[in-house]
Amino acid sequence: MLPDLVAGVALLALTAYVLLGGADFGAGFWDLTAGGAQRGAPVRAMIKRAMSPVWEANHVWLIFLLVVLWTGFPVAFGSITSTLAVPLFLAGIGIILRGGAFALKGEAATIAEARALGATFALASVLTPFAFGAAAGAIAAGRVPVGNARGDEWSSWTGSVSILVGLLAVATGAHLAAVFLGADSRRAGRPDMVRAFRARALGSGVVAGGLAIAGLLVVRSEVPALYDGLTSGAGLVCVLVSGAAGLITLRLEWRERFEAARYTAAAAVAAIVAGWAIAQEPYLLPPDLTVHEAAGAHATLVALLVATGLGLLLIVPALTWLFRLALSGRLAYEENPRP
Amino acid sequence: MIDGVLGGPVDQDYLLQARQMQAMSFAVHIPLVCFGIAFPAMVLFLEGLWLRTDDPFYRALAKRWSKAMLILFAVGVVTGTILSFEMGLLWPEFMATFGDVFGLAFGVEGVSFFIEAIFIAIYVYGWDRLPARVHFAAGVPIVVAGLSGSFMVISVNGWMNQPEGFSVRGGEVVDVNPLDALFNKNLWHELVHMYIAGFIVAGFLVAGVYAYGWLRGRRDRHHRVGIVVALSVAALAAPAQLLVGDWAARTVADRQPVKLAAFEGLEKTTKGAPFTLPGGIEIPDLLSVLAFHDPNATVTGLDSVPKDDRPPTGIVKVSFRAMVFIGTALTALGGWFLWTWWRHGRLPSSPWFHRALVAAGPLALVALIAGWITTEVGRQPWVVYQVMRTESAVTGASGVPVGFAVLGLVYAGLAAVTFVMLHRFSRGPLEVEADAA
Ligand code: HDD
Ligand code: HEM
Ligand code: HEM
Repeated sequence: MLPDLVAGVALLALTAYVLLGGADFGAGFWDLTAGGAQRGAPVRAMIKRAMSPVWEANHVWLIFLLVVLWTGFPVAFGSITSTLAVPLFLAGIGIILRGGAFALKGEAATIAEARALGATFALASVLTPFAFGAAAGAIAAGRVPVGNARGDEWSSWTGSVSILVGLLAVATGAHLAAVFLGADSRRAGRPDMVRAFRARALGSGVVAGGLAIAGLLVVRSEVPALYDGLTSGAGLVCVLVSGAAGLITLRLEWRERFEAARYTAAAAVAAIVAGWAIAQEPYLLPPDLTVHEAAGAHATLVALLVATGLGLLLIVPALTWLFRLALSGRLAYEENPRP
Repeated sequence: MIDGVLGGPVDQDYLLQARQMQAMSFAVHIPLVCFGIAFPAMVLFLEGLWLRTDDPFYRALAKRWSKAMLILFAVGVVTGTILSFEMGLLWPEFMATFGDVFGLAFGVEGVSFFIEAIFIAIYVYGWDRLPARVHFAAGVPIVVAGLSGSFMVISVNGWMNQPEGFSVRGGEVVDVNPLDALFNKNLWHELVHMYIAGFIVAGFLVAGVYAYGWLRGRRDRHHRVGIVVALSVAALAAPAQLLVGDWAARTVADRQPVKLAAFEGLEKTTKGAPFTLPGGIEIPDLLSVLAFHDPNATVTGLDSVPKDDRPPTGIVKVSFRAMVFIGTALTALGGWFLWTWWRHGRLPSSPWFHRALVAAGPLALVALIAGWITTEVGRQPWVVYQVMRTESAVTGASGVPVGFAVLGLVYAGLAAVTFVMLHRFSRGPLEVEADAA
């Protein structure tokens, strides 16, 4: 029971990171593909405006996830980080490049500098979610054994499941970002941007949906146990919910109703994450290590849950205030471009 | 002694590189953290001055500092994230074995990070949009989170030096009590010492930037107030640091006698042990006085433990000396300022004072890193003092040198770009808005 609760907290943190952090990475993807300096400027400005106040808070979900994992499930944490050292290191490097470039972009003095920092930001925005997705795929595919670097350093995360989940992470992030940015553009009264993000949302939504279906097919041939979990009982419900939410999202996007589409798009992604967790239940690291076997000391789990509960009492109102202010446009950082 | 739950020690040819990679990552993160600790308080002080005097100059300066604070915070966030990754990437066996003993601290730390990230955004992006008092109030949680965030990380480090809150039975960790681990006996002196170090480093560095401008002829109100505010903080912190350092040394003497012996490279257990100043001058009995406040006290020597259990003494000795020497010099510099300010109500006018200020910031950084080297290398060969060896903790993955090189390059680039951008920022004009009140 206790381990399940802690696993639930970890899943919550993971979902929040996939949604909020994922959308931040997705924004970087649109930055990357926005086109030349002139043509891409409005899209990039919109991205910067929307992301600046919230990206650090969104990023903390990742830290929180790491901490819950190593405190609650230390053996699993040590096994994952040692076997999947390569993709996790790549993700880490991506995080440095991305955060650094984004934070410093505002001080760039010349077009060339801004471009170099912008390109770094954008490329790293694709690298990081891909690497995280590949690592998650490796766990789902059962390629992370218990032990200190006991799994293969390369083949563990370069299988077809990993690649597909990596691509899916990039695509869902891009889709979420397009939807969120579309809603922001509407609030900012920018019909041209609304149209621009509509096309992006629809395109990335179709790609993400296609990758999700392809993923299911690959899982069917490569990881039958996981496939069974995804096609029966609660796992199946999650898959169906995700599919339905995805279709509704596309329809809402078609009619430019981004405000509502934000919620359905988030639901579609959250349902995939939940479905994955349910499908590999009771295992944390399939095929051997269960959630209960991996759990840390009882007293620590209790303390962790209490601390998380108290923490959320502080964090939730604060986060709500931040998002309120950001969404109502009251957190704007006027850039004073210097000659 | 304990080997670990993932299967015990592995072949790792690059243990040294793993340690150096860890050390490098700390050396990048910890200076940034100093700004996370001290800058919010300094900015709020300026904003408070504005609220009291209605002088838009203070608001402009506070706003400007808050932008630098945001940039440094962002770089602190990414480098801190790397540290969190490295805990697992470099030391999986350590994490797997003890994650649930010390992890609670990091759990609470996560809450601090959230609060810090949320309110720093509201504060910095809300300058022109929030009512003045609401804005000021939004800054207070940042100051608190700077303290609570340090508290938790330091608790983990204190625990590694003074492991508590569990027992070892049959090579396994049992009877875990996370609260005992959290409030370990090393926590308090390390926390206070690090917290004060944050104010010393940030204060002297900011004052140094303005002193540099002053020497280059920019002698306006902006530079004078910049020096006075930042230096007041640092000058008060420096003497306090000497007292806390003394407390730290006595705690180490009590609980980690071998580490203390490494401070002086003391081979044999000695009654009335000497201490060597930089330059090789040996002062009799001084180590006994430092460690026990008694010239005749007996100080345990390195030979009290087998050779394999001794830390490398050379680097620990040099680092400890550098820290103490710099700490004393910074206290003297701060005293010069405080004296002149108290007697004449102004800054010392000598260019030597300003030159010393320019040097003081980097020196404070050296003291900071030297202090951590003293603590961490002095703890070797243990990752968890007298319980788990560093070589048992290390990853079995290959490619440590590649990771080290890549991270080193990325950090060098990050440091260079951050420096250039902040330098440019510091030369921009202060924008005082006439209608700010
Ligand atoms: C600006 C920075 C700074 C300054 C001026 C000093 N220290 Fe320090 N010192 C640190 C910054 C620091 C630190 C923040 O880097 C450490 C590392 C771990 C810790 O708790 O604080 C440290 C550790 C540390 C330790 C090891 C503690 C342990 O292993 O648990 C001792 C014994 C001292 N210090 C003693 C001193 C003395 C006697 C000083 C002055 C004369 C002094 N420090 C000035
Ligand atoms: C001397 C020890 C340390 C102190 C005092 C300290 C304190 C802080 C502070 C005050 C911040 C806020 C950001 C900033 O102001 O730059 C921060 C950021 C961070 N630190 Fe450290 N830290 C230390 C070492 C570590 C270690 C050992 C780790 C991990 C193993 C770590 C992980 C992090 C992370 C993940 C962040 C980013 C938090 C965010 O997203 O807001 N730090 N640290
Ligand atoms: C939590 C707070 C911690 C802080 C603030 C801290 C700080 C530091 C610092 C400043 C250094 C040396 C810097 C240098 O040589 O330039 C260092 C070295 C090191 N740290 Fe820590 N550390 C912490 C936790 C950890 C953890 C969790 C590990 C993981 C096992 C660790 C393992 C090491 C190792 C192996 C070294 C290298 C020692 C050597 O080179 O001999 N530390 N640490």
